[in-house]
Amino acid sequence: MRLVDKSIDKEGEGSITLIPEEPEDMWHAYNLISEGDSVRSTTIRKVQSESATGSSTSNRVRTMLTITVENIDFDTQACMLRLKGRNIEENQYVKMGAYHTLDLELNRKFSLRKHEWDSVSLERVEISVDPTKSADVAAVIMQEGLAHVCLITSSMTLVRAKIDVTIPRKRKGFVQQHEKGLAKFYENVMQGILRHVNFDIVKCVLIGSPGFVRDQFFEYMFQMAVKLDNKVLLDNKSKFMLVHTSSGFKHSLKEVLQDPAVINKISETKAAGEVKALENFYTTLQCEPAKAFYGKKHVETANEAQAIETLLISDNLFRCKDVNLRKEYVNLVDSVRESGGDVKIFSSLHISGEQLEQLTGVAAILRFPMPELEDEDSEAEED
Amino acid sequence: MSRHRDIRNMDFQDDYDGYDDVYGHSVDDDYYISPSNKQFIYNRDNSRDKNIQEEDEKEAELSDMDKAKLESCITQITEMLGSTLIPRNELVNVIMKFNYNTERSLNALLEQQNKEPERIEQVVAIPRTTIVPADTADKIVKVTAPQQNPLSVTKGFELPPARLDISKLQATSRSQSPASGRGTPVNQEVPDELKTTRRENKIDPDTQYKKERGEGKEHLYMVVIGHVDAGKSTLMGHLLCELGQVNQKVMHKYEQESKKLGKQSFMYAWVLDETGEERTRGITMDVGRFQFETKTKAVTLLDAPGHRDFIPNMISGAGQADVALMVVDATRGEFESGFDYGGQTREHALLVRSLGVSQLAVAINKLDTVSWSQERFDDIVKKLKVFLKQAGFRESDVTFVPCSGLTGQNLIEKPTENELLVWYNGPCLLETIDKFKSPQRPVSKPFRLSINDIFKGTGSAFCVSGRVETGALNVSDKVLVCPNRESAIVKSLSIEEASQLVVFAGDQATVTLSGIEMQNVSVGNILCDPIRPVQVATKFQARIVVFNVQVPITKGYSVVLHHQSLVEPAVITKLISQLNKSTGELEKKHPRFLGNNTSATIEIQVQRPIALELYSECKELGRVMLRQGGVTIAAGLITNITV
Repeated sequence: MRLVDKSIDKEGEGSITLIPEEPEDMWHAYNLISEGDSVRSTTIRKVQSESATGSSTSNRVRTMLTITVENIDFDTQACMLRLKGRNIEENQYVKMGAYHTLDLELNRKFSLRKHEWDSVSLERVEISVDPTKSADVAAVIMQEGLAHVCLITSSMTLVRAKIDVTIPRKRKGFVQQHEKGLAKFYENVMQGILRHVNFDIVKCVLIGSPGFVRDQFFEYMFQMAVKLDNKVLLDNKSKFMLVHTSSGFKHSLKEVLQDPAVINKISETKAAGEVKALENFYTTLQCEPAKAFYGKKHVETANEAQAIETLLISDNLFRCKDVNLRKEYVNLVDSVRESGGDVKIFSSLHISGEQLEQLTGVAAILRFPMPELEDEDSEAEED
Repeated sequence: MSRHRDIRNMDFQDDYDGYDDVYGHSVDDDYYISPSNKQFIYNRDNSRDKNIQEEDEKEAELSDMDKAKLESCITQITEMLGSTLIPRNELVNVIMKFNYNTERSLNALLEQQNKEPERIEQVVAIPRTTIVPADTADKIVKVTAPQQNPLSVTKGFELPPARLDISKLQATSRSQSPASGRGTPVNQEVPDELKTTRRENKIDPDTQYKKERGEGKEHLYMVVIGHVDAGKSTLMGHLLCELGQVNQKVMHKYEQESKKLGKQSFMYAWVLDETGEERTRGITMDVGRFQFETKTKAVTLLDAPGHRDFIPNMISGAGQADVALMVVDATRGEFESGFDYGGQTREHALLVRSLGVSQLAVAINKLDTVSWSQERFDDIVKKLKVFLKQAGFRESDVTFVPCSGLTGQNLIEKPTENELLVWYNGPCLLETIDKFKSPQRPVSKPFRLSINDIFKGTGSAFCVSGRVETGALNVSDKVLVCPNRESAIVKSLSIEEASQLVVFAGDQATVTLSGIEMQNVSVGNILCDPIRPVQVATKFQARIVVFNVQVPITKGYSVVLHHQSLVEPAVITKLISQLNKSTGELEKKHPRFLGNNTSATIEIQVQRPIALELYSECKELGRVMLRQGGVTIAAGLITNITV
């Protein structure tokens, strides 16, 4: 994303103009815009005009509109952001107060006005305009009969293709059917990779599976590539990396991102950092249960005691519609930072973020144990 | 009229037998021309053979006094009901049941009548399913009861298909037309007929089972488990070889080929590891299968893979087994690495126990490498005993056998090695297997089969295979494929390539299905009885036992759920309560997390609906296994299903 203009007064009110350049920027925009903000952007609107004789014609015009957002829609797979709201600046085509749905487009600037730019949103803007892009990674998580082709960007994991095929088991005298099914499955996965992975952008393709599936598949893919003289694959052979996972389900992606060899290669993408932080949380919970807590109530009490060393929080919580609730979370983040704690905002599109979301969305590792929290909780829940 | 006749189901022999008796009405009269005719024809037909006969049997045994009582009761009742709609034999039955009490029997009869209409609706809803079993029941009776009076048998069973068809027609037309009164007499007869076929069907599985499987050897499914490279395949391969199950020529071929690859020690394992992949890598990847027979048992061997990555395959194999054979490597260092933390010996043992296997034999393998040392044997036995007890095996159900898979010591014959003979005189491996008790098969429960494999058969149809968990299945039965709830028809059945007419709980059956697309069936689906289908849900509660876990289980933990042969990603959505592991008492409500070796009630959610059952209703389908990161973290029993 490119920052074009930023004018925020000392109360925090003001507007920022941005140009989204990549699909991922839409995700950032989705996290920035909340209900009640006003967004100004160019858009296409169907306008009906009535001639003097009474016959009406309708035509589409491109016009600049400013709306107050009432409804936000984000399609994670297509990275489309639609904003619905009322017009607040009348022009020759659109009346004041008329409803319009803005489709934010790539490479067209939009300006966002908020009554209050809090620290979390400002940080989000900073992250999104950071030009040093971390590596784009594609990952294929597979097991016999099941494969996921995913793209991992710094703040999103997108499942591009899911291949689910039944492969007959080996049985006496019928090994053929098994092998045929397997070949068909590999073919599908290979097509999935060719279709969804853009080797110009992607710096590394991870193939993860239990057992020998990955090796077999890798062998098959390059045999086919040689046979079909597929330049794209052959030129990028060095980008492939084989990793062990325990299964072909999506959540095994976590294991891929924990693999030391992978961490070296993709060096500190956000995804890998998040997985590590969550893992730390779980280890602490196992070894020192009084130092790891989750749930809003616990975390807030711990924060009052300035005990939080690392705060894990899902960005989903900042997207909530309730302004006050959002404010509470922002305050939590600010106060943890003030007291020298580390805050990790998880992307809810990553595997680790998904898991954190299930875990109430907020968790904390403490500096010192707070066993009283644990006791308090059991009392509270009993009545 | 001939085109209306059910030629296929006709037994000409019987037709001719009865021909003289029914002289005077044409054969066609059995096959009712129209619904309105039926009531008139039926009585004559009925009284002619079936009724009279049964009356004779029943009433002949009665004393004069009782007979008089009976007669007076019957007259009273017929007066009250105002007709003779209820067959006399039924009247007699009811009256005798209530000990000649007119009032009570009358009540019973009236109640029965009230129930009748409901039953008909059921028939309408699932008309075909009721017809199909009736049809098969028909076939079986013909085969199994030659000594009975052929006349009554034919009349009792030959007719139902035709009659039911009519009843179906009538019931539908009746429900649409206002003239409901006219149909009543007919309706009364139909459920009567239906009841008999139903009852017949219900009893069938048990008697059928006894008939079919009463003689002959008991079937036993045995899974072989153990750490990778413990020598499972080699041990079983050698056993099969010595039993003469493997052709000499084939064995010679394996020997030569394995020599070529420089892996001569794998020659016996090749008997069970068939794919090229498995042979070149020297490990079992999928469950291998073989049959052999002992003195009293017909054993189906399931050779499970030991490697960590293939435990999902092992689970599906062990899910089909009745008993387990655990192979332990006695080599110094090997046993320790397989048994202590990180090895599969523990995990496998826990898994099979949680899958409901209670009898276990432990083969202490490769004892030749430690020169048959008794000390080593005892040492291992001691360690295992403690662990197996913790895992929930009863001491009496576990036996230990020293052996060597490669040299073939103590497999099917008493050992010849002097060093072993000095201290061991127990049974050999084959005898131990023979001593396994084969479990009770839940044959009379509703039919369930979990699909383990799907493949193309001959022709256009396709086959699914799996273990029949409960109940019995006949050819041409209708089944429901859950969780999709699609129905299909069983075209043929087979067990290990031998075609069958009926399969029972415990069998490893291959079912050829028709009337359903292959794409709509996937591994892990359940075939079930359409009348009593399994439950389908995405959310359920389970009581779990947590094994050794590295990270604690919290809310939102994502796991891989294993249920029979189904493997699905799932999320633990709630930790409801933590329980005391031994007493099951409540320890803590809403725990924050579950650590090692705890027991708890949790709620699990899966993305796609799955077919399952409460543990209390069906043990086989009420068990789940939770795995994460290649480790089994918990085993559970389904306690509550949220629909």
